[in-house]
This record gives sequence, C-alpha cells and structure tokens, in this order.
Amino acid sequence: MSRIGDLVAFLARSVVDQPDAVRIRETARDEVLEVELQVAKDDLGKVIGRQGRTIQAIRQLAKAAAARQNRRVRVEVPDRP
Amino acid sequence: MQDEWTGESVEAAVGAALRALGQPRERVEIEVLEEPGGGVFGIGRRPARVRVRLRPSFGEAATAFVRAVVAYLGEDVEVREAERVERGWRIEVAGRASGALIGRRGQTLRALEYLAEVHAARRSGERAALVLDVNDYRRRREEALVKMARRAAQEVLRSRRERRLEAMTSYERRIVHMALQGMRGVTTESEGEEPNRRVVIRPTAE
Repeated sequence: MSRIGDLVAFLARSVVDQPDAVRIRETARDEVLEVELQVAKDDLGKVIGRQGRTIQAIRQLAKAAAARQNRRVRVEVPDRP
Repeated sequence: MQDEWTGESVEAAVGAALRALGQPRERVEIEVLEEPGGGVFGIGRRPARVRVRLRPSFGEAATAFVRAVVAYLGEDVEVREAERVERGWRIEVAGRASGALIGRRGQTLRALEYLAEVHAARRSGERAALVLDVNDYRRRREEALVKMARRAAQEVLRSRRERRLEAMTSYERRIVHMALQGMRGVTTESEGEEPNRRVVIRPTAE
C-alpha cells in the first residue's frame, strides 16, 4: 500500500471504536489514486463525523500527502460493503 | 510498572487493577486479554486476564497523534509537547515545514488540528479545544486578518457603502466578525456558499 493509503488507515483507526475493522483498497486510475476506506458499520458515523467534518479532514490530509508526491487522491467511504 | 491483572471474572481482574493503581475507572483503558473459561466444576478453570493502563492526558494523546501524522507526511519539523492554555491545549510545530503542511489558507493545518482533537478526546476521556500552530502561522494570519478587517471597516464608515471581503474559511470569518463586533457604525454578516463564503461589512442605518 502507498504511504497515502497508510496515512488514511492511521487517521481512520485513530477515530473509530473498532480499529481492527479498518480496511483500505487502493486503485490507481490515471493520475488519480482512489482510496476506498472501509470501516465497521457502527463506526461509519465516527469516520464521517458531524456534517462530514471528520472525513473532510481525512481527505484534506490525504491531499497534502499526495501533493508531496505530485499526485492526486480521492478518498471514498462506501456505506455498504 | 505492572499492567496485567487476573481475576475470577473480567470485573474482578479490573477491580484488582483499579485498587492497585489507585485510579477511578474513567482514568484507565481496559483491554481484555483472556476471558475466564475451561475447567469442570471450578477445577482447572483459567482466570480472566486484563491489561489496564492509565489513559494518556489530552495533551499527550494529541502530541503523539500529530507526531505520527507529520512523520507520514515526511515533514522535517519538531512537534513540541502540548501545553495547557486557557480552555484547552496548544501544540507548536517548528522547523522547515512545507507549504503542504499548512495548505491553502491553512486548511491542512486545521484538518490536522481537528483530527488530533477528536482523537485526543477519545483517548484521554477529556474534552478540550486544541490549537495547533506551525511556525506561528496562525498567530500571524490572525493578526493580518484583524488589521485588514479594521481597515475595510474604516473605509465602509467613510464611504457609507458596503464592502465584500475575499472568500474565507469559517475560522477566518469568525476572526473578522469578532474583530468588528464592538465597532460602532458597521455590522458584519457572512454571505454565499462554501468555499466562496465571505464577510460583508455594512454601514448601520443612522
């Protein structure tokens, strides 16, 4: 997994109740790295946050990590597995 | 220091740990290593095993989190230990930070600050506000915003015409609103949709 995926996993594990359930799937599409972040169903609200604030913050940091490698990144949280 | 305890039940093991540590339950993190079980009629039964550790303080948890993220980002900076300030904690980051760590209008910095706050509140069980600053960026930006807001308000007073400021983040808009709150003759309001929301300064009716 890339450093960007590792960072997203670390951030997600830091805010959920079930860190062991955090899974990352990465797909490189053209210049964009797609990061799919899966968490336990009960943790969806935690990783998204009030008004999406937590997931927006995770995206912002992923973007910063990607910018340092001249890449772009998209972080998605599927709401069902 | 000992961090594992045993007992006939998980409850009993935790109780023994809390007595030994002299701590209330909300100050510790509990990890169940082994449920009690096995044995017949109470013979050969395995005891419960738990790991009980004192929770870190909000500042310790936040500092560790910020240090980890900075390492992932490959930033060559020093993250100082969190300090208690009025109504919360403050962490200073110093060194050769890249522009990416701060981000456009400080967005990355605030994202890191927010996640550190959420994480530290969970780990420590303490609710507090965190201020994260890199090479004094926040302080300098705040000072510049207040200055700019006052200058714009003076102009509104002179011209009696409303003035729309540049687009800002919610955090920056709040600084502007607060800077002009006590000023006579003008009112402020935010208008527009994110990320182009901006403060409008208007003259009050005579």
